[in-house]
Amino acid sequence: MNILNIIAEIEKVDPEVYERLDQRRAMFKHFAGFGKKLATAAVPLAMGSMFQKAYGQSSGLSQQIKDVLNFALKLEYLEAIFYNEGVNRPGLLTSDDRAQVITITVDEYNHVKFLRSVLGNDAIAPLTANNFDYTGSKGGTRAALLPDVFTNRNTFLALAQSFEDTGVRAYKGGAPLLISNNTVLEAALNIHSVEARHASHLRTMRRGGPQSVAGSPQSAPKSWISGNDGGGPAPTITAAIYGAGTPAAMYPSEANTTQAGVELTGSFVTAAQASEAFDEPLDMATVLAIASNFMK
Amino acid sequence: MSKLLSKKPVVADPEKGSNTPLQRRTFLRYTAGAGVAVGGLALTGCDDILDEIFNNPNVPASLLEVNVGSGDFGVLNFAYALEQLEAAFYAKVITSTYYNGASAAERQILGDLEAHERIHRDFLKTAIKANGGTPIRDLEPDFTTIDFANRASVLGAAKAFEDLGVAAYNGAGKLISNPVYLGLAGKIVSVEARHAALIRDLLSNGTFVGPDVVDFNTGLEMSKTPTQVVAVANNYLKKGSKLNVSNLPTE
Repeated sequence: MNILNIIAEIEKVDPEVYERLDQRRAMFKHFAGFGKKLATAAVPLAMGSMFQKAYGQSSGLSQQIKDVLNFALKLEYLEAIFYNEGVNRPGLLTSDDRAQVITITVDEYNHVKFLRSVLGNDAIAPLTANNFDYTGSKGGTRAALLPDVFTNRNTFLALAQSFEDTGVRAYKGGAPLLISNNTVLEAALNIHSVEARHASHLRTMRRGGPQSVAGSPQSAPKSWISGNDGGGPAPTITAAIYGAGTPAAMYPSEANTTQAGVELTGSFVTAAQASEAFDEPLDMATVLAIASNFMK
Repeated sequence: MSKLLSKKPVVADPEKGSNTPLQRRTFLRYTAGAGVAVGGLALTGCDDILDEIFNNPNVPASLLEVNVGSGDFGVLNFAYALEQLEAAFYAKVITSTYYNGASAAERQILGDLEAHERIHRDFLKTAIKANGGTPIRDLEPDFTTIDFANRASVLGAAKAFEDLGVAAYNGAGKLISNPVYLGLAGKIVSVEARHAALIRDLLSNGTFVGPDVVDFNTGLEMSKTPTQVVAVANNYLKKGSKLNVSNLPTE
């Protein structure tokens, strides 16, 4: 058994394996130097434990953490496959738009890959385009919510913004549930802020670019959520994304202006400003209800 | 005051630097006799006196810093310090020559950012107090390296502050033990990330994520430890306001 070959094999499917093992580089070097001397039987055991630590896999994760990460993974698939479909529809996006959406697509696929690596065997089965219906018709079993989602740029970007804003709220709701595992928590926060950057940029795209003045939250939103954004891009469909979760005291609507019992509005702070300054978390059940509109 | 400072140094060995444990006690001794004088002078020419203290080689460096403290309140004070810095920056931006001539979109954006950061700052101070902690004192920023008449300089600094803020909150999250405080930090950091993305887009559209902030192999933002953060933040703080995060939890 050649350890270096094993790692080289893993590298083919996970180019980051060396980086993941980085913290244990000393140990790894030790293996490389003395591998031949190790009893063949002992190697798989030692290797297993090394990888488990590097990836924080299964046995190290509580059920709660696995649940949160699989929930996040599902949302990342929802986003990644959506963007992948969009950038492959001719005529939907200009080349400029497309380049920007591809940047986001790459991030989302990386998030999928990363979460799968952390969850290991506990990850949900991979999802594919067949699992989703972005028109919201649930595979033709009901009237489509967004029939032109892949033919109309505005609709596509509106749903993209909706997914990102939902993702930000979902990770924010999930983060406190990860507090027992620093490594996982930090990684989740590092995804959370990337989703927020995406949300910001999609909102900027929707109002016509960074030099366009914001107006109606439906068609020309700010890059941050103001009040409840009037229910978002398509209020009859998107209001829940900006509304309160369950329980509302813990997951208030984005229009919330009170933080930790402190009312933020005052002589120099409007309700809009106070709400914009803080994003709000959303509970898993509410997020899944939103996402289920686009799952078959 | 100058008489006081010209006295024989009370720090036994200034060469030993700022980390010797005796210095706290030394300072107490040092100030005990001068308490009345300091109190009186503080009312008159505070800046002059501070300058004199900062420039006196006999004053230990630890006294010239602001220690954010330890535990959850330490982390919250660390965040409060960064929000003070950002709020002070945007307060200056919206009265700047650049702002007065900026595009309508930029004026709208920077006006919002000024409000958001001011709200973050005031909220953290109130929340720390309300929960039984002690907020650090008001920091004195040093923005002399920023040209407030120049768009690129102002937006470049805004980008630096916003990206730093995101990396700081992301790195500090795991240092918080109370999930409620963690939740609050989460509510702020995504707004900072929205700011960061837009400022970057203003400088060059489409750079809302970039290899300097997001690891393109994993799609994860690169967080910074408090030590890494203050190494940058302290460049924008005057002597006497430089941050010390050595008592913060490390995991």
